[in-house]
Amino acid sequence: MIKVDPNLCKGCDLCIETCPEHVYDKSSKLNKKGVYLPCPKREKDCTKCHLCELMCPDQAISVTEDEEDDQVDNINDDEKSDQTDNATDEKTLKETTDV
Amino acid sequence: MVEKSLNKNISESEENNLNKTAPKSENKNPEHPYIKYLRKDRLPHIFCNGCGNGIVLNSFFRGMESAKMDLNEIAMVSGIGCSSRIPGYVKCDSLHTTHGRAISFATGLKVGNPDLNVVVFTGDGDAASIGGNHLIHGARRNINLTVVCINNNIYGMTGGQISPTSPEGSFGTTAPYGTTDKPFNLSELVTAAGASYVSRWTTVHPLQLSNSIKKALLTPGFSFVEVISQCPTYFGRKNKLRTPVDMIRSFKENSINKRRADKMEDKELIGKIIVGEFVNKPRAEFSDNVCNLSMQECGKKHATKSAYLENSENL
Repeated sequence: MIKVDPNLCKGCDLCIETCPEHVYDKSSKLNKKGVYLPCPKREKDCTKCHLCELMCPDQAISVTEDEEDDQVDNINDDEKSDQTDNATDEKTLKETTDV
Repeated sequence: MVEKSLNKNISESEENNLNKTAPKSENKNPEHPYIKYLRKDRLPHIFCNGCGNGIVLNSFFRGMESAKMDLNEIAMVSGIGCSSRIPGYVKCDSLHTTHGRAISFATGLKVGNPDLNVVVFTGDGDAASIGGNHLIHGARRNINLTVVCINNNIYGMTGGQISPTSPEGSFGTTAPYGTTDKPFNLSELVTAAGASYVSRWTTVHPLQLSNSIKKALLTPGFSFVEVISQCPTYFGRKNKLRTPVDMIRSFKENSINKRRADKMEDKELIGKIIVGEFVNKPRAEFSDNVCNLSMQECGKKHATKSAYLENSENL
Protein backbone atom coordinates (compact mmCIF):
# COMPACT_ATOMS: atom_id res chain seq x y z
CA MET A 1 0.00 0.00 0.00
CA ILE A 2 1.37 3.42 -0.93
CA LYS A 3 0.52 6.40 1.23
CA VAL A 4 1.50 10.03 0.76
CA ASP A 5 1.34 12.23 3.86
CA PRO A 6 -0.42 15.48 2.84
CA ASN A 7 1.06 17.33 5.83
CA LEU A 8 4.66 16.59 4.82
CA CYS A 9 4.60 16.55 1.00
CA LYS A 10 5.76 19.76 -0.70
CA GLY A 11 4.95 18.61 -4.23
CA CYS A 12 8.47 18.38 -5.72
CA ASP A 13 7.43 15.56 -8.12
CA LEU A 14 10.71 13.66 -7.64
CA CYS A 15 8.74 10.45 -6.94
CA ILE A 16 6.85 10.84 -10.23
CA GLU A 17 10.16 11.27 -12.06
CA THR A 18 12.16 8.51 -10.39
CA CYS A 19 9.62 5.67 -10.12
CA PRO A 20 10.85 2.99 -12.57
CA GLU A 21 7.33 1.61 -13.02
CA HIS A 22 5.63 5.03 -13.45
CA VAL A 23 3.20 4.38 -10.61
CA TYR A 24 2.59 8.02 -9.69
CA ASP A 25 0.62 10.74 -11.43
CA LYS A 26 0.27 14.36 -10.42
CA SER A 27 -3.17 15.07 -8.98
CA SER A 28 -5.25 17.74 -10.69
CA LYS A 29 -6.51 19.35 -7.47
CA LEU A 30 -4.62 21.57 -5.07
CA ASN A 31 -4.76 20.50 -1.43
CA LYS A 32 -5.26 22.92 1.45
CA LYS A 33 -1.52 23.66 1.59
CA GLY A 34 -1.43 24.62 -2.09
CA VAL A 35 0.36 21.46 -3.25
CA TYR A 36 -0.43 19.15 -6.15
CA LEU A 37 0.12 15.83 -4.37
CA PRO A 38 1.47 12.78 -6.21
CA CYS A 39 -1.23 10.17 -6.66
CA PRO A 40 -0.32 6.43 -6.90
CA LYS A 41 -2.77 5.69 -9.73
CA ARG A 42 -1.12 2.51 -11.06
CA GLU A 43 -0.45 0.94 -7.67
CA LYS A 44 -0.77 -2.56 -9.16
CA ASP A 45 2.47 -1.98 -11.10
CA CYS A 46 4.41 -1.27 -7.89
CA THR A 47 7.25 -3.74 -7.32
CA LYS A 48 8.00 -2.47 -3.76
CA CYS A 49 11.50 -1.34 -4.65
CA HIS A 50 11.16 1.52 -2.10
CA LEU A 51 13.07 3.92 -4.37
CA CYS A 52 10.38 6.60 -3.98
CA GLU A 53 10.80 6.41 -0.19
CA LEU A 54 14.55 6.97 -0.54
CA MET A 55 14.11 9.78 -3.06
CA CYS A 56 11.40 11.60 -1.08
CA PRO A 57 13.17 14.64 0.44
CA ASP A 58 10.28 15.29 2.84
CA GLN A 59 9.83 11.74 4.22
CA ALA A 60 6.20 11.82 3.10
CA ILE A 61 5.86 8.49 1.25
CA SER A 62 5.43 5.10 2.87
CA VAL A 63 5.26 1.85 0.92
CA THR A 64 4.07 -1.14 2.95
CA GLU A 65 3.42 -4.75 2.11
CA ASP A 66 -0.21 -5.67 1.42
CA GLU A 67 -2.04 -8.71 2.68
CA GLU A 68 -2.15 -9.96 -0.91
CA ASP A 69 1.64 -9.79 -1.03
CA ASP A 70 1.83 -12.21 1.88
CA GLN A 71 -0.03 -14.70 -0.26
CA VAL A 72 2.43 -14.09 -3.09
CA ASP A 73 5.26 -14.74 -0.66
CA ASN A 74 3.60 -17.98 0.35
CA ILE A 75 3.39 -19.01 -3.28
CA ASN A 76 7.07 -18.21 -3.68
CA ASP A 77 7.82 -20.30 -0.61
CA ASP A 78 5.90 -23.16 -2.16
CA GLU A 79 7.90 -22.81 -5.34
CA LYS A 80 11.12 -22.76 -3.33
CA SER A 81 10.10 -25.91 -1.50
CA ASP A 82 9.30 -27.48 -4.89
CA GLN A 83 12.74 -26.53 -6.13
CA THR A 84 14.39 -28.01 -3.05
CA ASP A 85 12.32 -31.15 -3.52
CA ASN A 86 13.53 -31.34 -7.10
CA ALA A 87 17.10 -30.85 -5.96
CA THR A 88 16.79 -33.67 -3.42
CA ASP A 89 15.22 -35.84 -6.13
CA GLU A 90 18.17 -35.17 -8.38
CA LYS A 91 20.56 -36.01 -5.56
CA THR A 92 18.83 -39.28 -4.90
CA LEU A 93 18.84 -40.02 -8.65
CA LYS A 94 22.60 -39.36 -8.78
CA GLU A 95 23.15 -41.58 -5.79
CA THR A 96 21.15 -44.36 -7.36
CA THR A 97 23.00 -43.96 -10.66
CA ASP A 98 26.37 -43.96 -8.86
CA VAL A 99 25.43 -47.13 -7.10
CA MET B 1 -17.96 7.51 45.90
CA VAL B 2 -20.01 5.31 43.63
CA GLU B 3 -19.99 7.95 40.93
CA LYS B 4 -16.23 8.32 41.25
CA SER B 5 -15.68 4.60 41.03
CA LEU B 6 -17.98 4.51 37.99
CA ASN B 7 -15.99 7.30 36.39
CA LYS B 8 -12.79 5.44 37.15
CA ASN B 9 -14.18 2.30 35.58
CA ILE B 10 -15.25 4.22 32.52
CA SER B 11 -11.89 5.93 32.19
CA GLU B 12 -10.09 2.61 32.63
CA SER B 13 -12.25 0.96 30.03
CA GLU B 14 -11.59 3.87 27.69
CA GLU B 15 -7.88 3.52 28.26
CA ASN B 16 -8.09 -0.19 27.57
CA ASN B 17 -9.94 0.53 24.35
CA LEU B 18 -7.33 3.10 23.38
CA ASN B 19 -4.54 0.67 24.11
CA LYS B 20 -6.24 -1.98 22.05
CA THR B 21 -6.84 0.32 19.12
CA ALA B 22 -3.41 1.99 19.20
CA PRO B 23 -1.46 -0.72 17.32
CA LYS B 24 -4.25 -1.01 14.75
CA SER B 25 -4.18 2.73 14.08
CA GLU B 26 -0.38 2.52 13.61
CA ASN B 27 -0.92 -0.08 10.94
CA LYS B 28 -3.57 2.05 9.31
CA ASN B 29 -1.31 5.10 9.27
CA PRO B 30 2.02 3.81 7.99
CA GLU B 31 4.93 6.22 8.14
CA HIS B 32 8.09 6.72 6.14
CA PRO B 33 10.64 4.12 7.37
CA TYR B 34 13.16 6.71 8.54
CA ILE B 35 10.77 9.11 10.25
CA LYS B 36 11.42 7.22 13.51
CA TYR B 37 14.92 8.78 13.56
CA LEU B 38 13.56 12.33 13.17
CA ARG B 39 12.05 14.78 15.64
CA LYS B 40 8.45 14.64 14.50
CA ASP B 41 7.44 17.88 16.21
CA ARG B 42 9.83 19.81 13.94
CA LEU B 43 8.50 18.36 10.68
CA PRO B 44 7.92 19.37 7.90
CA HIS B 45 11.48 20.65 7.74
CA ILE B 46 12.62 24.05 6.54
CA PHE B 47 14.20 22.87 3.26
CA CYS B 48 12.76 24.14 -0.02
CA ASN B 49 10.53 22.12 -2.25
CA GLY B 50 12.71 19.44 -3.91
CA CYS B 51 15.89 20.16 -1.93
CA GLY B 52 18.47 17.36 -1.98
CA ASN B 53 19.19 17.50 1.75
CA GLY B 54 16.25 15.22 2.55
CA ILE B 55 17.49 12.58 0.09
CA VAL B 56 20.96 12.67 1.69
CA LEU B 57 19.30 12.28 5.09
CA ASN B 58 17.39 9.19 3.89
CA SER B 59 20.55 7.71 2.38
CA PHE B 60 22.46 8.38 5.60
CA PHE B 61 19.88 6.47 7.65
CA ARG B 62 19.97 3.59 5.17
CA GLY B 63 23.77 3.50 5.36
CA MET B 64 23.65 3.71 9.15
CA GLU B 65 21.22 0.78 9.33
CA SER B 66 23.34 -1.35 7.02
CA ALA B 67 26.45 -0.50 9.07
CA LYS B 68 24.46 -1.79 12.09
CA MET B 69 24.91 1.43 14.02
CA ASP B 70 22.54 3.13 16.40
CA LEU B 71 21.80 6.83 16.84
CA ASN B 72 22.98 6.42 20.48
CA GLU B 73 26.52 5.78 19.21
CA ILE B 74 26.49 8.69 16.78
CA ALA B 75 27.02 12.41 17.38
CA MET B 76 26.38 14.90 14.60
CA VAL B 77 28.29 18.13 14.15
CA SER B 78 27.46 20.87 11.69
CA GLY B 79 28.42 24.42 10.82
CA ILE B 80 26.27 27.03 9.13
CA GLY B 81 24.22 26.62 5.99
CA CYS B 82 21.17 24.84 4.61
CA SER B 83 22.74 21.39 4.87
CA SER B 84 24.06 22.17 8.34
CA ARG B 85 20.49 22.34 9.60
CA ILE B 86 20.14 18.57 9.16
CA PRO B 87 21.39 17.53 12.67
CA GLY B 88 18.64 19.66 14.23
CA TYR B 89 16.03 17.27 12.84
CA VAL B 90 17.71 14.02 13.94
CA LYS B 91 17.09 12.37 17.33
CA CYS B 92 20.74 12.24 18.38
CA ASP B 93 23.32 14.34 20.20
CA SER B 94 24.34 17.18 17.95
CA LEU B 95 26.48 20.30 17.87
CA HIS B 96 25.52 23.29 15.74
CA THR B 97 28.74 25.26 15.58
CA THR B 98 30.25 28.37 14.02
CA HIS B 99 30.61 28.84 10.28
CA GLY B 100 33.25 26.53 8.79
CA ARG B 101 34.52 25.22 12.13
CA ALA B 102 32.49 22.02 12.27
CA ILE B 103 35.52 19.77 11.64
CA SER B 104 37.51 21.50 14.41
CA PHE B 105 34.69 21.02 16.93
CA ALA B 106 34.30 17.43 15.78
CA THR B 107 38.04 16.83 16.30
CA GLY B 108 37.69 17.89 19.93
CA LEU B 109 34.64 15.68 20.36
CA LYS B 110 36.37 12.65 18.83
CA VAL B 111 39.59 13.02 20.82
CA GLY B 112 37.61 13.62 24.04
CA ASN B 113 35.54 10.48 23.54
CA PRO B 114 37.14 8.16 20.95
CA ASP B 115 34.31 5.62 21.26
CA LEU B 116 31.83 8.02 19.66
CA ASN B 117 31.12 7.92 15.93
CA VAL B 118 31.27 11.57 14.91
CA VAL B 119 29.50 12.57 11.72
CA VAL B 120 29.91 16.03 10.24
CA PHE B 121 27.27 17.45 7.90
CA THR B 122 28.55 20.41 5.94
CA GLY B 123 27.81 22.23 2.75
CA ASP B 124 30.18 23.42 0.08
CA GLY B 125 30.29 26.98 1.40
CA ASP B 126 30.94 25.72 4.91
CA ALA B 127 33.60 23.11 4.10
CA ALA B 128 35.29 24.52 1.02
CA SER B 129 35.38 28.28 1.47
CA ILE B 130 35.44 29.45 5.09
CA GLY B 131 36.38 26.05 6.47
CA GLY B 132 38.75 25.08 3.66
CA ASN B 133 41.82 24.89 5.88
CA HIS B 134 40.03 22.87 8.55
CA LEU B 135 38.95 20.41 5.85
CA ILE B 136 42.39 19.82 4.33
CA HIS B 137 44.12 19.65 7.71
CA GLY B 138 41.46 17.28 9.02
CA ALA B 139 42.24 15.04 6.05
CA ARG B 140 46.02 15.46 6.53
CA ARG B 141 45.88 14.44 10.19
CA ASN B 142 43.46 11.64 9.29
CA ILE B 143 41.04 12.16 12.17
CA ASN B 144 38.42 9.42 12.48
CA LEU B 145 35.44 11.45 11.29
CA THR B 146 32.77 10.89 8.68
CA VAL B 147 32.25 14.08 6.71
CA VAL B 148 29.17 14.26 4.50
CA CYS B 149 29.56 17.33 2.29
CA ILE B 150 26.36 18.32 0.50
CA ASN B 151 27.58 20.28 -2.48
CA ASN B 152 24.85 22.32 -4.17
CA ASN B 153 27.27 24.55 -6.10
CA ILE B 154 25.88 27.77 -4.63
CA TYR B 155 25.29 29.65 -1.37
CA GLY B 156 21.61 28.78 -1.06
CA MET B 157 20.82 30.17 2.38
CA THR B 158 22.13 33.70 1.82
CA GLY B 159 20.56 34.33 -1.58
CA GLY B 160 22.38 32.52 -4.36
CA GLN B 161 25.94 33.85 -4.34
CA ILE B 162 28.65 31.99 -6.27
CA SER B 163 30.49 29.46 -4.10
CA PRO B 164 34.00 27.97 -4.59
CA THR B 165 32.45 24.90 -6.22
CA SER B 166 30.16 26.66 -8.73
CA PRO B 167 30.95 25.29 -12.20
CA GLU B 168 32.67 27.58 -14.71
CA GLY B 169 30.11 29.63 -16.63
CA SER B 170 27.27 29.15 -14.14
CA PHE B 171 25.13 32.10 -13.06
CA GLY B 172 24.39 33.44 -9.60
CA THR B 173 23.34 36.69 -7.96
CA THR B 174 27.01 37.72 -7.72
CA ALA B 175 27.79 36.54 -11.25
CA PRO B 176 25.12 37.89 -13.63
CA TYR B 177 27.41 37.24 -16.63
CA GLY B 178 28.56 33.80 -15.47
CA THR B 179 31.61 32.89 -13.39
CA THR B 180 35.02 32.76 -15.00
CA ASP B 181 36.73 31.06 -12.06
CA LYS B 182 37.72 27.43 -11.97
CA PRO B 183 35.82 25.53 -9.24
CA PHE B 184 37.30 23.36 -6.49
CA ASN B 185 37.24 19.64 -7.13
CA LEU B 186 36.53 18.77 -3.50
CA SER B 187 37.00 15.01 -3.70
CA GLU B 188 40.39 15.32 -5.40
CA LEU B 189 41.42 18.06 -2.97
CA VAL B 190 40.68 15.85 0.03
CA THR B 191 42.30 12.85 -1.70
CA ALA B 192 45.48 14.85 -2.21
CA ALA B 193 45.37 15.98 1.43
CA GLY B 194 45.52 12.32 2.50
CA ALA B 195 42.03 11.15 3.53
CA SER B 196 41.37 7.44 4.12
CA TYR B 197 38.09 7.17 2.23
CA VAL B 198 36.74 9.54 -0.43
CA SER B 199 33.74 9.12 -2.69
CA ARG B 200 31.42 11.33 -4.68
CA TRP B 201 27.82 10.69 -5.68
CA THR B 202 24.84 12.76 -6.68
CA THR B 203 21.31 12.74 -5.27
CA VAL B 204 20.26 10.58 -8.25
CA HIS B 205 22.34 7.72 -6.78
CA PRO B 206 20.72 7.17 -3.35
CA LEU B 207 21.60 3.46 -3.18
CA GLN B 208 25.26 3.91 -4.10
CA LEU B 209 25.39 6.88 -1.74
CA SER B 210 24.05 4.87 1.20
CA ASN B 211 26.56 2.05 0.51
CA SER B 212 29.35 4.56 0.46
CA ILE B 213 28.12 6.18 3.70
CA LYS B 214 28.16 2.71 5.26
CA LYS B 215 31.79 2.25 4.16
CA ALA B 216 32.66 5.74 5.39
CA LEU B 217 31.17 5.04 8.82
CA LEU B 218 33.09 1.76 9.14
CA THR B 219 36.42 3.04 7.78
CA PRO B 220 38.85 4.21 10.48
CA GLY B 221 40.30 7.58 9.53
CA PHE B 222 39.02 10.63 7.71
CA SER B 223 36.20 9.58 5.41
CA PHE B 224 34.74 12.14 3.05
CA VAL B 225 31.52 11.65 1.09
CA GLU B 226 30.70 14.43 -1.35
CA VAL B 227 27.11 14.57 -2.56
CA ILE B 228 26.26 16.76 -5.55
CA SER B 229 22.83 18.05 -4.62
CA GLN B 230 20.17 20.16 -6.28
CA CYS B 231 19.21 23.68 -5.25
CA PRO B 232 16.26 24.46 -7.52
CA THR B 233 15.48 27.69 -5.69
CA TYR B 234 18.76 29.47 -6.41
CA PHE B 235 21.09 27.40 -8.60
CA GLY B 236 18.29 26.04 -10.75
CA ARG B 237 16.46 29.33 -11.16
CA LYS B 238 19.61 31.14 -12.32
CA ASN B 239 20.78 28.33 -14.61
CA LYS B 240 17.63 27.39 -16.58
CA LEU B 241 16.87 24.33 -14.41
CA ARG B 242 13.86 25.72 -12.59
CA THR B 243 12.28 22.57 -11.17
CA PRO B 244 13.83 19.80 -9.05
CA VAL B 245 12.96 17.34 -11.83
CA ASP B 246 15.01 19.34 -14.37
CA MET B 247 17.98 19.34 -12.01
CA ILE B 248 17.69 15.60 -11.37
CA ARG B 249 17.59 14.96 -15.12
CA SER B 250 20.70 17.06 -15.67
CA PHE B 251 22.53 15.03 -12.98
CA LYS B 252 21.47 11.80 -14.67
CA GLU B 253 22.69 12.98 -18.07
CA ASN B 254 25.99 14.43 -16.87
CA SER B 255 27.24 11.92 -14.30
CA ILE B 256 29.92 9.46 -15.38
CA ASN B 257 31.44 6.72 -13.27
CA LYS B 258 35.09 7.16 -12.37
CA ARG B 259 36.18 3.90 -14.02
CA ARG B 260 34.75 5.10 -17.34
CA ALA B 261 36.02 8.64 -16.88
CA ASP B 262 39.60 7.43 -16.34
CA LYS B 263 39.67 6.17 -19.93
CA MET B 264 38.25 9.40 -21.39
CA GLU B 265 40.07 12.54 -22.45
CA ASP B 266 39.86 15.87 -20.62
CA LYS B 267 37.90 17.52 -23.45
CA GLU B 268 35.11 14.95 -23.19
CA LEU B 269 34.81 15.49 -19.44
CA ILE B 270 33.98 19.20 -19.57
CA GLY B 271 30.69 19.79 -17.74
CA LYS B 272 30.50 16.20 -16.50
CA ILE B 273 30.20 15.02 -12.89
CA ILE B 274 32.62 12.18 -12.13
CA VAL B 275 31.04 9.90 -9.54
CA GLY B 276 32.39 6.88 -7.70
CA GLU B 277 34.92 5.88 -5.10
CA PHE B 278 38.13 7.93 -5.23
CA VAL B 279 40.18 6.45 -2.39
CA ASN B 280 39.80 3.55 0.04
CA LYS B 281 43.17 3.34 1.84
CA PRO B 282 42.87 3.22 5.64
CA ARG B 283 46.02 4.33 7.48
CA ALA B 284 47.04 5.26 11.06
CA GLU B 285 44.40 7.47 12.61
CA PHE B 286 44.70 10.63 14.75
CA SER B 287 42.60 9.80 17.86
CA ASP B 288 44.22 6.33 18.11
CA ASN B 289 47.65 7.97 17.94
CA VAL B 290 46.66 10.37 20.76
CA CYS B 291 45.35 7.46 22.89
CA ASN B 292 48.53 5.44 22.31
CA LEU B 293 50.69 8.42 23.26
CA SER B 294 48.76 9.03 26.49
CA MET B 295 48.98 5.31 27.33
CA GLN B 296 52.77 5.50 26.89
CA GLU B 297 53.22 8.68 28.90
CA CYS B 298 50.45 8.53 31.55
CA GLY B 299 49.26 4.93 31.50
CA LYS B 300 45.70 6.13 30.86
CA LYS B 301 43.71 6.23 27.65
CA HIS B 302 42.57 9.80 28.29
CA ALA B 303 45.32 12.27 29.12
CA THR B 304 42.85 15.01 30.07
CA LYS B 305 41.82 15.55 33.69
CA SER B 306 38.07 15.11 33.86
CA ALA B 307 36.19 16.03 37.01
CA TYR B 308 33.50 13.55 36.00
CA LEU B 309 35.97 10.66 35.69
CA GLU B 310 37.72 11.43 39.01
CA ASN B 311 34.38 11.52 40.85
CA SER B 312 33.42 8.21 39.37
CA GLU B 313 36.74 6.70 40.47
CA ASN B 314 36.16 7.91 44.05
CA LEU B 315 32.74 6.34 44.08
